Amino acid sequence: MAEELDKAEQRFLHGCPLVESAGSYVVHCNRDSYYELCRNLREDGYAMPVGVTGVDYLTHPGRDLPDGIEAERFEVVVELLSLVAHKRIRVRCQVPGNDPTVPSLFELWPGTEAHERETYDMFGVVFEGHPDMSRILMPEDWEGHPLRKDYETGEIPVQFKEARK
Amino acid sequence: MTEPRIVADPPPGAEPSPEYTTTESGNAKPTLLDRLLGRVPASSTDMDVMLQAKTGEGSQELEPRHSSSPTQYGIETGSRLALAEGLSLDREDLDVEVPEDESMILNLGPSHPSTHGVLRVMVEIDGETVLRTKPVIGYLHTGMEKTAEELMFHQGCTNVTRMDYLSPFFNELGFCLSVEKLLDIEIPPRAVWIRMLMCELNRVSSHLLWLATNGADIGALNMLVYGWREREMVLAFFEKVTGLRMNHNYFRPGGVAADLPDGWRDDVAALCEAIPRRMDEYDELLTGQPILQKRLVGVGPLDADTAISLGVTGPLLRSTGVAWDLRRDNPYLAYDEVDFDVIVGTNGDCWDRYAIRFNEIRESIHIVSQIAEKMPSGDFRTQDKKVTPPPRGRIDESMEALIHHFKLYTEGFRVPPGEAYVPVESPRGESGCYIVSDGSSRPYRMHMRSASFSNLQAMAPMTRGSLIADAIAIVSTIDPVLGDVDR
Repeated sequence: MAEELDKAEQRFLHGCPLVESAGSYVVHCNRDSYYELCRNLREDGYAMPVGVTGVDYLTHPGRDLPDGIEAERFEVVVELLSLVAHKRIRVRCQVPGNDPTVPSLFELWPGTEAHERETYDMFGVVFEGHPDMSRILMPEDWEGHPLRKDYETGEIPVQFKEARK
Repeated sequence: MTEPRIVADPPPGAEPSPEYTTTESGNAKPTLLDRLLGRVPASSTDMDVMLQAKTGEGSQELEPRHSSSPTQYGIETGSRLALAEGLSLDREDLDVEVPEDESMILNLGPSHPSTHGVLRVMVEIDGETVLRTKPVIGYLHTGMEKTAEELMFHQGCTNVTRMDYLSPFFNELGFCLSVEKLLDIEIPPRAVWIRMLMCELNRVSSHLLWLATNGADIGALNMLVYGWREREMVLAFFEKVTGLRMNHNYFRPGGVAADLPDGWRDDVAALCEAIPRRMDEYDELLTGQPILQKRLVGVGPLDADTAISLGVTGPLLRSTGVAWDLRRDNPYLAYDEVDFDVIVGTNGDCWDRYAIRFNEIRESIHIVSQIAEKMPSGDFRTQDKKVTPPPRGRIDESMEALIHHFKLYTEGFRVPPGEAYVPVESPRGESGCYIVSDGSSRPYRMHMRSASFSNLQAMAPMTRGSLIADAIAIVSTIDPVLGDVDR
């Protein structure tokens, strides 16, 4: 599949640009094609969801993206594994910062459930259709999403007199 | 599922109060802290983005039956897994025969010795039978992924080694391999083999600890003492090599921190001699014991399809009959040059998981003895001056070396922009570090894919219909490390 495609040209997988990044295959998509792409990958035999995570590109907007993919603030990164074909693929989905919602992959891989909750907890990306979109690592009443780049890390006040000078 | 709600929603038609406008029109961009302290109006458009912080969105706990959605209910009963697309779940199909007013919701944990840390499992029980299960996690969350963004690449291992504290070398290995992939550097063969040696011994120590705590959980208390004792032998070797029993910070991008100490071969030979002999004794002590068999055989079965669709890896996946081991199927380091077997189970029950871990200790010792034979000589870290500081002796005599050393430790080394993820087979399954670099000397984003986090999802299908005492055995054979789950 991926290997059969011509290296010289821009390669596509299910209509989404496919690139090679540090030895792994990465397929880029935007929010509209995300679920469709993932469903096709599921049918291709990527049976195991290795993980779902997010990246907040707020302070690093000029990253390298293939043609036709508009850079947005958030990215949802899905790592998939095909045990039969011994192949891995990574899906990078662009998610706009002013409306961070993407469809949930729970229907395709139930194992994404905890990972999507974690991504929601850390980045505030809402997964539509997720059965239990609650926080998982932070307390229930926590405000804000800690792994966002505009989240204040803050300081603990120094208690010692000598250090205050 | 409760609807997400937005905190501090602006009342319709509310005017921003004048005292706020100064902050907003000022040069400083308002931050989330300003928003939380009420320094900027809630209606500001900038703030709408941040206000995706929809908080208080729902309970993490196990809800009463009538207030959980069918899908959620399905997850908790361990049955919502293999539905074809488009089919929705009928609550009537799932309902257990016990009416809700006869069941009880019970907390196991977060502090209970058999929960291996601070795992809290909420179960709905009918007498002794488990009807629904939901692990509630986050009690050990310390924001290590955020911390990693503040640490330079050469400091990163200090941070990641504390995640899965029972197999610290695998965290360090995942981090180092990803950084090296981005840097595109080769590490010398001796460093590769030292890493393999330490990783395999770490697998032994981790599985020994599992054997000990598993024994304690299911009533074979004498195993607790023996397991810790043998693990201590391995940790003593780690201390000799790295200076620390745990949290070693021994693997660094570019190689390892120090060469193996003199006489390491004798120590390794002693371990290779002692541990298999002891394993035979434990085999005799445990494996044939009827009580242990009653507690493990047929308890908590998991099937291969469920395991794969849940992202379960490691001994849990292998117990279901899937021969998947990254050391063999996706070789990293030099695992293709050593000979070992992948231990596979058939039934996916606690007994298979016990047998797999038990035999993996023997297999790892087999690998260790091969490594000791084949250990190449040479550098223990790359000579690439970009990542490796000059040797201590050179600093006293060369100004350049001093400057180089100073620059490396104050500014760090820059890693080309890009992203990398290199998976490794940790004692608990697939572990790996997803690193995004923006070209600076700190990771832009570091995410640790931890095996325990995914494996814990298999808890509900495994505990369904079992006794509460079996739930303890099931948690034990999942072998979650909460430092790795919560990070």
